[in-house]
Amino acid sequence: MHIPDGYLSPSTCATLYLCAASGWYVALKRIKQLLATRAIPLISVFAAFSFVVMMFNVPLPGGTTGHAVGVGIAAIVLGPWGSTLAISIAIAIQALFFGDGGITTLGANCFNMAIVGSFTAYAVYRMVAAKSNLNSRQRVLAAAAAGYVAINVSALVTAIELGIQPVLFHDASGTPLYAPYPLHVAIPAMMIGHLTFAGLAEAVISAGMVSYLQRADLGLLRGVSGLRQTPALLIGSANAERSPARLWWAVALLMLFTPLGILAAGTAWGEWSSAELTNPHTREQIGAASGNHALPSSVPVGIQKLSRLWTAPFPGYAPRFVKSPVFGYLLSAMFGVGFFALASLLMRIAARNRPARNLGP
Amino acid sequence: MSQHSFIESTLRGFARALSKALQSEHAATLPGLLQQLDPRVRVIGIFALVVSVILCRRIEAIAAIFLIAIALAVASRVSLVSLAKRVWLVVLGFSGVIAMPALFLTPGEPLFTAPALHLSISVQGMRTAAMLVLRAETAATLTTVLVLSTSWTHILKALRSLHLPAEIVTMLAMTHRYVFLLIETANQMFESRQSRTVGILSGSEQRKTAARTAGVLLSKSIELSHEVYLAMLSRGFRGEIRLLTDFRLRPRDYVGLTAFVFTSCLAAWIGR
Repeated sequence: MHIPDGYLSPSTCATLYLCAASGWYVALKRIKQLLATRAIPLISVFAAFSFVVMMFNVPLPGGTTGHAVGVGIAAIVLGPWGSTLAISIAIAIQALFFGDGGITTLGANCFNMAIVGSFTAYAVYRMVAAKSNLNSRQRVLAAAAAGYVAINVSALVTAIELGIQPVLFHDASGTPLYAPYPLHVAIPAMMIGHLTFAGLAEAVISAGMVSYLQRADLGLLRGVSGLRQTPALLIGSANAERSPARLWWAVALLMLFTPLGILAAGTAWGEWSSAELTNPHTREQIGAASGNHALPSSVPVGIQKLSRLWTAPFPGYAPRFVKSPVFGYLLSAMFGVGFFALASLLMRIAARNRPARNLGP
Repeated sequence: MSQHSFIESTLRGFARALSKALQSEHAATLPGLLQQLDPRVRVIGIFALVVSVILCRRIEAIAAIFLIAIALAVASRVSLVSLAKRVWLVVLGFSGVIAMPALFLTPGEPLFTAPALHLSISVQGMRTAAMLVLRAETAATLTTVLVLSTSWTHILKALRSLHLPAEIVTMLAMTHRYVFLLIETANQMFESRQSRTVGILSGSEQRKTAARTAGVLLSKSIELSHEVYLAMLSRGFRGEIRLLTDFRLRPRDYVGLTAFVFTSCLAAWIGR
C-alpha cells in the first residue's frame, strides 16, 4: 500500500502532506497532554516495534504469507492518536532510512495508513468490543475486525487517490501523467489484494496478539478498552472514560448528511440499470463519462437477464411508497446502519455465549 | 516449500534490512561528491530534484534527471551494481507489473495490434507506462543515493535545522536506534523457536507462533520504553529537547545548493 514517488501529482502530494501534517500536529499535542514526558520514549519504541512487525511474514490460510502494517494492534494499545504517530514514524523511517516508499508521497502514505487506518481500527474495535470483558472472545473478534476493516479502508482511500489521477492530470493527447488507472480499475485492483491477503494478515496478527495479551499482559489492553472501571495504564484516563456514544453520534451526523447524494448529477459509472441504458438522455451521459466510446444499441442480454434476478427493497435509495427523495435517503441510511447494528449485536451475543478463557496465575 | 518457510523468510527479511543499514553507514563514510557537501544541501538538493521529477510532464526531461542521478551516484562512490539490485530491478518489477496493463487499457491511437488476441497497444498507453516506470525509477534512485551517501544522524540534524519539530526528530532518532535492537530480539526469538521445532507446524500453529512472537515483542517493547524513560529521567530529562545542529555552510556548499536548485528548476521548466 506504500505509494512510491511518481504515482501522485504534486498537488495531490501537497494536499495529503497538509492533511497528514494537521494529523501529526494534533496527535503530538494530544499525546504530550496525556503522557507528558513519557510520550517520546513510548511512541519511539512502539514505532520501532511497528516497523519490525511490518517485516513479519504472517502465514495465511491457503499456504501463502502476507505482511501486516500493525495499525490494528497499535490503535488498540495506544489509541488512535498514539497509533497515528507511531505508524507515521515507522513509515518515515522506511522512506528516509531504507528508501522504501516515496518521499513526496510520505504525507499520502502516512495519511492513508497511519491516520485513516488508526482511526478506523479504533472505531471498529470500540464498536465491536463495546463493554465486553478484557479477556472475552469478543475482544479478539473486535481486534480481527479492526485490523481487517482498517487495512481495507486505508486501501480504498489509497485507490481513490490513485484513481483520480488520470481524470485530473493528463496531457493534451489524453496520456495520464501519473497513476494511469481510473477509479473503476484502481479500486477493484487494489481491493482484491487487500480484501484477501493483506486484510487477512492484519486480522490474523491483530486478533492473535490480542488473544496473546489477554493471557500474558492484560494491562496493555486497558488503555482504550472503554471500560469505566479499568485504569488506563498507557494513555491516561481520558480515553478510558470515553464511551462509544460519541461514535454513534458521529454515525447519526453522517446519516443526516446522506441526502447530499441527491446533489450528484448524472449516473454512477458502471452502475447503470437496463432503463438507463435505453433512455437517450442517460445514454448520452454514460457515453460522455466513458471517453465517448460507442454504447451498444440495445441493453446487453446478460444485464437484462441478471437484472431480473433480484429487486432491491429500496431501489434508488428510496422505497417505492416514499415520494420525497430526502426522506428516502434518510430512511435508507437508517435501514443500513440498523442492519449493521443488528449484525454487531448478533456477533456480540455469539461471542458472549462462548466461555471466557482462564487468565491463569 | 519448507514447513518453516514463514520463519525463514522473516529471518531473511531481517538480515536484508540489517545489511541495507550497514551498506548505508559504510557508503556514507566514503569520500564522494555528495559526502563532501553539507547534509542540509544534500537533503534540500535531492528533495528538489525529486519534486522536479514529479513536476515534469515530458519523458525526456525525466530521463535527463535519471542520468543526473546516475552521475551523482558514480561521483558519490555508490556502487551501480548495488543500486541496480536494490533499486532498479525492484522498482522495475513493481512498477513494471503495475504499468503493463496501461499499455492496453489506456484509450488512444493504436501503435500495435495483435489481431488474434484482440489487443492493441496505444501510443498514449506506451507513454503513460514509460513515464510511470521512469518517474518511479528516477525518484527511487535519487532517494537511495541520498540514503547511501548520508548517515542517519546527519539526515536528522539536517531535518532539525530545516525546522522539523524537535520532538519528531528525537522520535525518529530513537526509533531508528531501537529498530535494530528489536530486530535482533525478534531474530533471536524466531531462531530459538525454529531450533525447537520438530515435524510440521500446521497453518493455525504457524499463525499462533507469529502472533505470540509479535505479542512478546510488544510486551518487551513497552518494558523497554519504561526503562528508556527511567534512564532519560536519571540523566535529567524534563521534556525539553535540545539538539545540536552545528553545521556551517562553506563556499562549496553554496555552489552545490545553487547547482541543485538550478538543475531542478531547469528540469521542471523544460519538462512542463
